[in-house]
Amino acid sequence: MTLIIEAIVLGILTGSVYALMSSGLTLVFGVMEIVNIAQGIMVILGAYLSYVVGMYLHIDIFLGLLLTMPVMFVIGVGIEWAFVRRIKKNRVMLSILVMYAVALMIEGSLDLIFSASFVQLQAPYIDAAFPILGFHLPYVYIFACILSIVLLALLYLLVYCTKFGHGLRASMQNRTAAVLVGIDVQKVQTIAFGIGVALAAAGGLAYGATNSFNAASSYDLIARLLVIIVMGGMGSLRGAFVASLVMLIISDVTAVIWSPVWSSLIFNVLLMVLLIFRPQGLFGQLEGRKQ
Amino acid sequence: MKHIRTVGLLVILVFTLAFPFLFPNAAVTTMAVFTLLFAGAATSWNLFSGYTGYVSLGYVTFYGIGAYTLALCCKYWNIEGGYLPFVLLPLAGLVAAIFAIPLGWIVLRVQRHTFVVVTIAMMFTFQLLAYNLKSITNGSSGILLPFPPWGPDFFNVPFYYVALALLFFALSVSWWVRSSKYGLGLLAIRDDEERVLGLGVKTGIYKLAAFVISAFFGGMIGGMIAYFLGSIFPSGAFDPVFDITITLMCFLGGIGTLVGPILGALLLGPLQQYITLQVGSIGTGLDLLLFGALLLIILLFLPEGIVPSLQHLWVIGKESKSMEEKQNRG
Repeated sequence: MTLIIEAIVLGILTGSVYALMSSGLTLVFGVMEIVNIAQGIMVILGAYLSYVVGMYLHIDIFLGLLLTMPVMFVIGVGIEWAFVRRIKKNRVMLSILVMYAVALMIEGSLDLIFSASFVQLQAPYIDAAFPILGFHLPYVYIFACILSIVLLALLYLLVYCTKFGHGLRASMQNRTAAVLVGIDVQKVQTIAFGIGVALAAAGGLAYGATNSFNAASSYDLIARLLVIIVMGGMGSLRGAFVASLVMLIISDVTAVIWSPVWSSLIFNVLLMVLLIFRPQGLFGQLEGRKQ
Repeated sequence: MKHIRTVGLLVILVFTLAFPFLFPNAAVTTMAVFTLLFAGAATSWNLFSGYTGYVSLGYVTFYGIGAYTLALCCKYWNIEGGYLPFVLLPLAGLVAAIFAIPLGWIVLRVQRHTFVVVTIAMMFTFQLLAYNLKSITNGSSGILLPFPPWGPDFFNVPFYYVALALLFFALSVSWWVRSSKYGLGLLAIRDDEERVLGLGVKTGIYKLAAFVISAFFGGMIGGMIAYFLGSIFPSGAFDPVFDITITLMCFLGGIGTLVGPILGALLLGPLQQYITLQVGSIGTGLDLLLFGALLLIILLFLPEGIVPSLQHLWVIGKESKSMEEKQNRG
């Protein structure tokens, strides 16, 4: 029984980390209608950046976020400006291919710079754990969860309480109308993309602290993230959060009750089952005619 | 004009038929076999995704199902290497097509953007099943296929001709679909699905049928590559990179066109092999970097693919010629 409780608690904690990573993904989709396949490798890039900050600049990794997040924001804005903006026709497919090409380039560069050996972020409190309810809970999971919740709360404030957030939501609802009302949709899209990538940086920190990774970890990661956002409803932040928690809890509990090998499978099977009954995801909307 | 086209096509036909004898070097024929198989895969992928506009990144699911079907048939029916596994290829395709019916029904329920992601999930589901159903699929150790008995010099030749036959088959089905009323419906779905639905076309059945046909070819090609390589593993049989590669090939050549995918396969297939072999040995990651950069350049400068761009140039050329003639007369 304690194993199940431990699984649920761990599921909640890791679920919030995945929520952070997938919220960037769903945000970008909602505003720009592109599926950012490169999000997985962005997370890994963020993790490597935190690694560099921790190893060579000797700054505490959580404080190092103040460095990595703006850097990744700039990288995101740069990618949007250079590549995504050029896609005029056939956005659905071209954006996937372009982002895949970008992901390949980043993966190649990471492989070149860091080689393919696995690394994990180091900090003095990474391995320490405190006992609760009969099992030990590593500190780093708690910190990662707190980080995720704080950032998600900030994101919520940004999207629902600021003028920029209003522009963002307006562009998500109806792009033409937003342009007509006077919102600079292009700027909103660029900034949203940058935010998505910056969130990936934070997610990278949380992921890198709790798992060992190398450049090839991005494939498994992006597969999970994509399943999460579809389950939550593409474009819905609330959905990404709920779906991450649900998925991670169920998969961790499955690992305990049944076997670890089936826990990844459950992810995908659940999605397929959900799609039979609710094709738009938990919080998504059935698409009407697009403008 | 028409004569030039028919003569050109005949020349290409003779060339492809005689290819293994013109270039008996095994490395060249191996690359040719892979290119032909990629071209067949791209053409049948285009049959669904290009014509209906629903980008499917799960095509490799059926490739894997076909590969495992062939491998398991050979294992349990104790089939020797040789020509017999080729005869089993349609069976592999059929099994994949049967799987495609319920899968397609589930997966086609979603909207266009979500569809892409859901097909990815479908593919990973099957990959995980292949890893975990150890009693059937032998898990990550994979299954070995029977080794054909013909010698190393001649090895690639039967594979080449079967691959060529598969390509012709896929191309003729694609051509038949495109010039039929069914194909017109598919293209209309790509352009504006709601309007087509309003006109009374049963879009569900149309899409599902294209999906199943595409899966049939996917299964056959998967079986073919499994036999050619001699063994299959879950990560190789359900490889996401394969999907992206054929998408790129279709894209490069011109998605939704008839010969676009083949053109893309002819250009991209050898290029990818070359980069992986030549550059991959220098430093890990450099080949990925180069390939990604190359893809970006192609995608940004040729957003429609080669065939439509050429078509545009052709039309522009013709129009300017007729303008000239008008000016000369007037």
